[in-house]
Amino acid sequence: MATKKKTDWSKDVFKVLKNADVKQVAYVPDAGHTSLIKMAIADNAIKPVSLTSEQEGVAVLSGAWLGGEAGALLMQSSGVGNVINMLGMANECRFPLLMLVTMRGEWGEFNPWQVPMGQATEAVLEAAGVIVHRVDEPSEIAETVEAAARLAFEGGRMVAVLIGQRVVGFKDWTK
Amino acid sequence: MVVKSTNKYTLQRRKVVHRILEDRGDAAVVTGIGNAVHDVASANDDPKNMYLAGIMGGAAMVAFGVALAQPKRRILVITGDGELLAGIGSLATIGVEQPKNLSIIVIDNQAYGATGNQHTHTGRGVDLVGIAAASGFKKTALITTNAELEAELQHIHNQPGPYFAVVKVMSKTSPRINAPKDGTYVSRRFRAAVTGESA
Repeated sequence: MATKKKTDWSKDVFKVLKNADVKQVAYVPDAGHTSLIKMAIADNAIKPVSLTSEQEGVAVLSGAWLGGEAGALLMQSSGVGNVINMLGMANECRFPLLMLVTMRGEWGEFNPWQVPMGQATEAVLEAAGVIVHRVDEPSEIAETVEAAARLAFEGGRMVAVLIGQRVVGFKDWTK
Repeated sequence: MVVKSTNKYTLQRRKVVHRILEDRGDAAVVTGIGNAVHDVASANDDPKNMYLAGIMGGAAMVAFGVALAQPKRRILVITGDGELLAGIGSLATIGVEQPKNLSIIVIDNQAYGATGNQHTHTGRGVDLVGIAAASGFKKTALITTNAELEAELQHIHNQPGPYFAVVKVMSKTSPRINAPKDGTYVSRRFRAAVTGESA
């Protein structure tokens, strides 16, 4: 039941976001996004926005596009339930939207409260009109985000990359 | 049919919004759902208006995203109390981020005007100005008279923000007008006007 070998996929994903000219990175923290968030904060050309709830992220990135900038929303699968209504706006206006979602409630989950939303994540996103790319192989994360970014920003669509819990790893509260 | 106002206030929302927009210059405007759409569109269907005609709780953050992308332009939010309450956490986020070019104006009739004038929390003790001030907005105001409105206009349009005002208005509404409803149309028109690029 081991997680996949840890590789530093965050650096490659960050490069992809920079190449896609992402200027606003909105996030509700998750352990799996720790490195990406740090890199976004450290980059002078990126405006990091920490949110009280993921629904704010869909709204701020809609505004980013309206103002001529690209953005990305980083969140955990438990936050996906918070964005569904706001996705109606992005859908009606056909705003490009790139979401990177780290999964909980699946591979080796220890917290039963995470399981319902984690198991429903893919289905509810698709029901809301989001194109979902799931990735469980660390070496494929960056290229998946690259494809998702193109589909979002060039193809003008809402796209979510679900990064499997097997890749992200378990949460160990003792460390 | 004459509908009585369900609150004690005397300002009329449409006149208030028209007065504010008279001085907008090249500002971009993001509206909340419902009457705010018609208040803004009836002043002038400016391409720099983004009518969020179907979402609760998103107007402030959409405007904040525009404000980040367009730091040299003033961005105004014209929304209702019900719409703002649905995204109340946005005030905390915007208070932390301190965008200088963002002004939020809440047209507060203390009621869900589009659904039958049911009470919102603002008529029952919830103080939105207090929440905004405590969240770190640079300047806040409660406006109940025309004189107070006139005094705030320079802050709304010109002084460094983030700015937040509640304008208490009577709950009577004015007629709906034919504001463009199609989201793809309104958003691409807005983006082209604000960025100078074709969307």
